[in-house]
Amino acid sequence: MELVCPAGSLPALKAAVDNGADAVYIGFRDATNARHFAGLNFNDGKARQALEYARSRGVRLFVAINTYPQPHNWPAWQTAVDQGVALGADALIVADLGVLDYAREHHPQQPLHLSVQGSATNAAALSYYWRHFGIRRAVLPRVLSLDQVRQLAAISPVDLEVFGFGSLCIMAEGRCHLSSYVTAESPNTCGACSPASAVRWQETSAGRESRLNGVLIDRFKAGENAGYPTLCKGRFNVSDNIYHALEEPTSLNTLALIPQLAEIGIAAIKIEGRQRSPAYVAQVVRVWREALDHYRDAGAAFSPKREWQDALARVSEGSQTTFGAYARPWQ
Amino acid sequence: MQLSLGPILYYWPRQRIDDFYQQALHSPADIVYLGETVCPKRRELRPQDWLELAVSLAEAGKQLVLSTLALIESRADLATLRKLCEHSGCLMEANDMAAVELLSERRLPFVAGPAINIYNARSLRQLHRAGLMRWVMPVELNRETLRDILEELRQLGIGEQLETEVFCHGHLPLAYSARCFTARALNLAKDDCRLSCLDYPDGLPLYTRDNRILFNLNGIQTQSGRVYNLLPAYRELEEMGVDILRISPAASGTFETLAQFDRARNGATAPPPLIASDRPDEEFCNGYWYGNPGMDSFAGES
Repeated sequence: MELVCPAGSLPALKAAVDNGADAVYIGFRDATNARHFAGLNFNDGKARQALEYARSRGVRLFVAINTYPQPHNWPAWQTAVDQGVALGADALIVADLGVLDYAREHHPQQPLHLSVQGSATNAAALSYYWRHFGIRRAVLPRVLSLDQVRQLAAISPVDLEVFGFGSLCIMAEGRCHLSSYVTAESPNTCGACSPASAVRWQETSAGRESRLNGVLIDRFKAGENAGYPTLCKGRFNVSDNIYHALEEPTSLNTLALIPQLAEIGIAAIKIEGRQRSPAYVAQVVRVWREALDHYRDAGAAFSPKREWQDALARVSEGSQTTFGAYARPWQ
Repeated sequence: MQLSLGPILYYWPRQRIDDFYQQALHSPADIVYLGETVCPKRRELRPQDWLELAVSLAEAGKQLVLSTLALIESRADLATLRKLCEHSGCLMEANDMAAVELLSERRLPFVAGPAINIYNARSLRQLHRAGLMRWVMPVELNRETLRDILEELRQLGIGEQLETEVFCHGHLPLAYSARCFTARALNLAKDDCRLSCLDYPDGLPLYTRDNRILFNLNGIQTQSGRVYNLLPAYRELEEMGVDILRISPAASGTFETLAQFDRARNGATAPPPLIASDRPDEEFCNGYWYGNPGMDSFAGES
């Protein structure tokens, strides 16, 4: 399985490449990708350096152009596609039907992957993107159980890439408007979820409060781990119970599922986290490289080492990890 | 403009569904969407029952559209969808690209529901070539984008061939998940949910810890806590060239809402302004339309 790793900057890209990535994915410095954060991503020159660094070490480079343009900003996505092709990216990761249509028409030879933001969870949906745009690979939303992934892999017309590690979206990606409902900015429209510009921390007599555009996401007692106020990971009141009504602050970690994913025929494992530091990327990529190499050598005798899991737990949100939707009881 | 009744997003007992559509027959709705769009475990009406209901309603002169699931995960769900697309005999609304694929393969015209990501005219042209005849604008888009898209459609020469529908009233469908939040609220596993959604005919409200309404839980779907209401924008929608206004069914008040829209259609001079309510779950919002956070309400000009 190909290990596909995130890079939000040139140092992060080098960290990924140096620690064993098979492929690295990046975005341009605008709203055309789903991690449109201040200070992150690549301009043309940096992208060229990234490509040279990766290529010279036998690592592939993908460019994510995976948000949804509207008429007023359409030209930026068209430019991004042209730039990605001119750069010589090994694949463009795209979500929007219009952008896919443009890429197919103007750059018929360019390999295209369907982004997780394209939200294709079944064989018929994949077939549409394959027939119309010739996508070679699709990244699956984090909503399927392992059994459902297995069934899908058996009949999918394209290679499948699944998320292995990182922040966990609980909603079907590409179909979540929670962030724009509260802040006007969403992953689809702006490449942002629960944007930092809308976050306010407040010390009150009831505890430390995190707010997103004024909306109370959580309140922490002294000593409680106060996480970033991602909308779906707050504590809310439903029927007079206060709890993580949608999801706890946890990270996805499927390291223990490597053998199953490989047997199913999954082509690639994706590590989430273009917004993360080079140190984080280095740490996570190193562990996954070691684990995948171990699986390659040990086969069925593979078992995840304690030190890998400890290393991943240290960098996980709330220091907790989960199989997410891959494990049915979580659902 | 035509008025439509969107698919029932909640899980109601069969009798309630039958009663609702009996009323719909005599309502000003021109188009009625039927079918289950949220959860395949909701089987008070099975696919065959929905088809039979469609046949019985068709005689009343309404256009019937069979709507389909927004999140299709299992082989069984896909097989059910395939059967519906092959045999329904009525116009279908796709809420997942699976339905788009299955209908376009069969060269059947289709409607793209609000869960299909259409953010620009080029996407519409692509889908139109595959058989799209009507689209429902994604709920997070605003009036400027809609105006731009409609203008581009005219430039592309397909403005006349595509109908545009806008979600105008109801809790907005905002997200879909593998997880069932209603079951989670009751400490039940999804596989053992006991069909709890039947107990919440308008969904299960979610409040912040300082008791502001935020979302409305509806099984695997998360909705806006507030009710979206574009009635005050009626004239604007009309001037823009929108064809159809969608009213999303609620456990009560749907036919009064339809009547209000119908009065606006019949020339009532000023549609009523947004009405403040002392029940927080009845607060209105319209922020998305004006390019603001969706939860905002803005009585502004229309």
